[in-house]
Amino acid sequence: MTYKNPPTTPRKSATFDDYTMSEIRRAAATGIYDIRGGGAKRKVPHFDDLLFLGASISRYPLEGYRERCDTSVVLGGRHAKKPIELKIPITIAGMSFGSLSGPAKEALGRGATLAGTSTTTGDGGMTEEERGHSQTLVYQYLPSRYGMNPRDLRRADAIEIVVGQGAKPGGGGMLLGQKISDRVAEMRTLPKGIDQRSACRHPDWTGPDDLEIKILELREITDWEKPIYIKIGGARPYYDTALAVKAGADVVVLDGMQGGTAATQEVFIEHVGQPTLACIRPAVQALQDLGMHRKVQLVVSGGIRNGADVAKALALGADAVSIGTAALVALGDNDPHWEEEYNKLGTTAGAYDDWHEGKDPAGITTQDPELMKRVDPIAAGRRLANYLKVMTLETQTIARACGKNHVHNLEPEDLCALTLEAAAMAGVPLAGTSWIPGKGGF
Amino acid sequence: MCGIVGLFLKDKSMEPQLGALLSEMLVSMTDRGPDSAGIAIYGAGDGKHSKITIQSASPERDFAGLDKELGAKLGADVSLIAKSTHAVIEVPSAKLDEARTAIGDLRPDVRIMGAGDVIEIYKEVGLPADVVDRFKLAGMTGTHGIGHTRMATESAVTTLGAHPFSTGPDECLVHNGSLSNHNNLRRELKRDGMKFETENDTEVAAAYLSNKMAHGMNLGQALEAGLSDLDGFFTFVVGTKDGFGVVRDPIACKPAVLAETDRYVAFGSEYRALANLPGIEDAKIWEPEPSKVYFWEH
Amino acid sequence: MQTVDLAKSTLRELNHALHNIKGGSNETAWEVVNPKGSHSVAVGVDAPVTVDVRGSVGYYCGGMNSEATITVHGSVGPGVGENMMSGAIFVKGDASQYAGATGRGGLLVIEGNASSRCGISMKGIDIVVHGNIGHMSAFMAQSGNLVVLGDAGDALGDSIYEARLFVRGTVKSLGADCIEKEMRPEHVDLLSGLLDKAGVTGVKPEEFKRYGSARTLYNFNIDNADAY
Repeated sequence: MTYKNPPTTPRKSATFDDYTMSEIRRAAATGIYDIRGGGAKRKVPHFDDLLFLGASISRYPLEGYRERCDTSVVLGGRHAKKPIELKIPITIAGMSFGSLSGPAKEALGRGATLAGTSTTTGDGGMTEEERGHSQTLVYQYLPSRYGMNPRDLRRADAIEIVVGQGAKPGGGGMLLGQKISDRVAEMRTLPKGIDQRSACRHPDWTGPDDLEIKILELREITDWEKPIYIKIGGARPYYDTALAVKAGADVVVLDGMQGGTAATQEVFIEHVGQPTLACIRPAVQALQDLGMHRKVQLVVSGGIRNGADVAKALALGADAVSIGTAALVALGDNDPHWEEEYNKLGTTAGAYDDWHEGKDPAGITTQDPELMKRVDPIAAGRRLANYLKVMTLETQTIARACGKNHVHNLEPEDLCALTLEAAAMAGVPLAGTSWIPGKGGF
Repeated sequence: MCGIVGLFLKDKSMEPQLGALLSEMLVSMTDRGPDSAGIAIYGAGDGKHSKITIQSASPERDFAGLDKELGAKLGADVSLIAKSTHAVIEVPSAKLDEARTAIGDLRPDVRIMGAGDVIEIYKEVGLPADVVDRFKLAGMTGTHGIGHTRMATESAVTTLGAHPFSTGPDECLVHNGSLSNHNNLRRELKRDGMKFETENDTEVAAAYLSNKMAHGMNLGQALEAGLSDLDGFFTFVVGTKDGFGVVRDPIACKPAVLAETDRYVAFGSEYRALANLPGIEDAKIWEPEPSKVYFWEH
Repeated sequence: MQTVDLAKSTLRELNHALHNIKGGSNETAWEVVNPKGSHSVAVGVDAPVTVDVRGSVGYYCGGMNSEATITVHGSVGPGVGENMMSGAIFVKGDASQYAGATGRGGLLVIEGNASSRCGISMKGIDIVVHGNIGHMSAFMAQSGNLVVLGDAGDALGDSIYEARLFVRGTVKSLGADCIEKEMRPEHVDLLSGLLDKAGVTGVKPEEFKRYGSARTLYNFNIDNADAY
């Protein structure tokens, strides 16, 4: 038998893969870095790498539905005269009017209210729609201060000072010209159609010593009624949490790198910040070291998708979680129903992330008057409420299986990890062992 | 992240009040730094003796008999005045380096906070008012002094992590802000023989200045060099045997207020720190410009 | 005249009293003594009252002011009149950094000098400074007017949007996308009105130069990247 010269199978580089090369070509052709919405898309250790142990002989489970498993949470009791009381430990994260359409913001308010939880404004001020339809509304205090005014501050239920967000710790807001409609421009005191880049630092304070004085001012303006949250991106969670507490926060909101954003540089989203899973234990440790765990509440966000994620975050020490991207999906974001239109935009349902372009077929991340009609705020709000209730039931299911009459009684010791990475980050033993990498065991 | 105060007297008749004025200024900055506080005070020297400020977690054990043992080892008269966890040892100036080594041999657990002809440094964990009381700072006399209240950012809340930092004779530095390249700088300075006690960014800045001065720069030149080599946010107040300097980074968003009269120059992170100084209502008050070195000398 | 002595009363008591002035109340004149650098003096006032502060204050004096006329007979710390909505604040002495930051309306007058970042991110406020202003003033200023009788520091109006800047003295340097613009008759009228409101006499609008946005950074272009 004779051999021909065997052909070499074409081999693509793992380093220069198709996506990487397309990005090089795109940058070379356009001279613009890639901007997109959403959070980190790369695979990082996450809650999926943890499992609950459940109850058996040494622990006794609670009966589903019949034996009570409480999900209520109080946020902001440290200094505020009027803390926030929520029925479920899942809140809606800050998303701006401007990045989202008016009907989408209304739907978030309606859904959250039906489910007994709070929603949050964003980098664009408070709209009447969302105030009117949100029983509990958290008002964000951002570097841009777009639309900031004392009346809205006083009719908010809590104030969230945004220091950073998980998608871009150290970065400012961005809203490109396509979405600066007349109404958005007026609320932000900006010319219509410009590219808006907000500052990354607040205009009138820097650092925790100044922040303490800023918090005093906001408390004085609102007569010490409102809880003051501080939102941080997952950068240095131990120090940032400790400093937020020292500066006087009632609540710390900690957003990991999977947390979404309306728009920023892809390089920022994928390469700055720590995974949510890795952020929780250091933040809880900081609270415990200061004797403030459960006194200053910790709200965790960034990639929360279902009741299992909620239960795992709570078990690691969070008091509540917050959802953004998942809430948008419940409203209809990236729904396959619009597949043909996604295709026309050069993408596919599930991958659409050009939220800054304002062409969202689902009518959510847009200011186009025709597209935004596709969101029926009542129906979409109902979907969000359903989803929140399902997540809560799932959380309770797990908590009861672990024998807890309140979801806050979940503990790290109720968990094991499937991977070494998750075991190290979450500080729980690798499944089947008592080994916590970096902490001993075998 | 912190509060800084400083007072440089031009009028000798105010010297007995230095400790009292500086203590009140320090306590007014408690909100900016509740974790720890410290003060460097430049007193009178006799030209023949030098001072070493030492600190110990077990002062009763470590300070007892140290003056005699050290005196015997140096073959010279040595005095020791203990104040709580700190003590000031006076030795003949010619024997200063020898004394530093001997203290390390005699009392391995004792830390040297600073040394020089006139400098004394006191710093401890706790509220500024408690630190002032512990060391009886209000009763101290001197020509100039610098104080600091600390809200720790990334490094530990410990006595050694408190400011001021001293890394050269009669030199000290306090800092408000946060440096972003101190780890690389620390490695470079270590290669050049500098010693570090903490992971604190401020200690790196102090060591950087001491290192530059050891290579022949004066304080003003060292501060100028620091403007290009130190990255991040800072307001520094520095003291030398005769001098008092202030510098802010080019972005300059950490607060700083200077006041000057015929009798003194005063620095405060906020005006509150200066509000009760005598004659403040007629002082020239201004905020130091970014990237500009301010320096006064006796 | 209602007098609050901050050596005897707390800041909370002061602000609580100022927030609870009922419509039609005749308690329209307030005086604050012994402020000694206190922060957040007379913040969030929402009534047409006068507040005279005798002495120097710390951060955020008159923050988010609506309708009140606040006069500080001394100097002010960082962020005086931050995000103010309406009314007026007069500072007899100097102002620290961030004076009038993000202010949306009303009038802020600094009779002395203002430090860095005066009018940062301003959104409709009018600011008149009799003396000089420091570096990075009017950074990202969106709208409103900043009038400076003295000199301006480095990087004036960096990344400015539609705010108008009028400087009588020298400008150390202009920030990215800020340029000198023609003083047209409407600007002379506007400035004349502002000088009147601020009680400035003996100074003519024609002595000022006007600065504003070149609008080249409004939409991203890679060839301007050095400006970012």
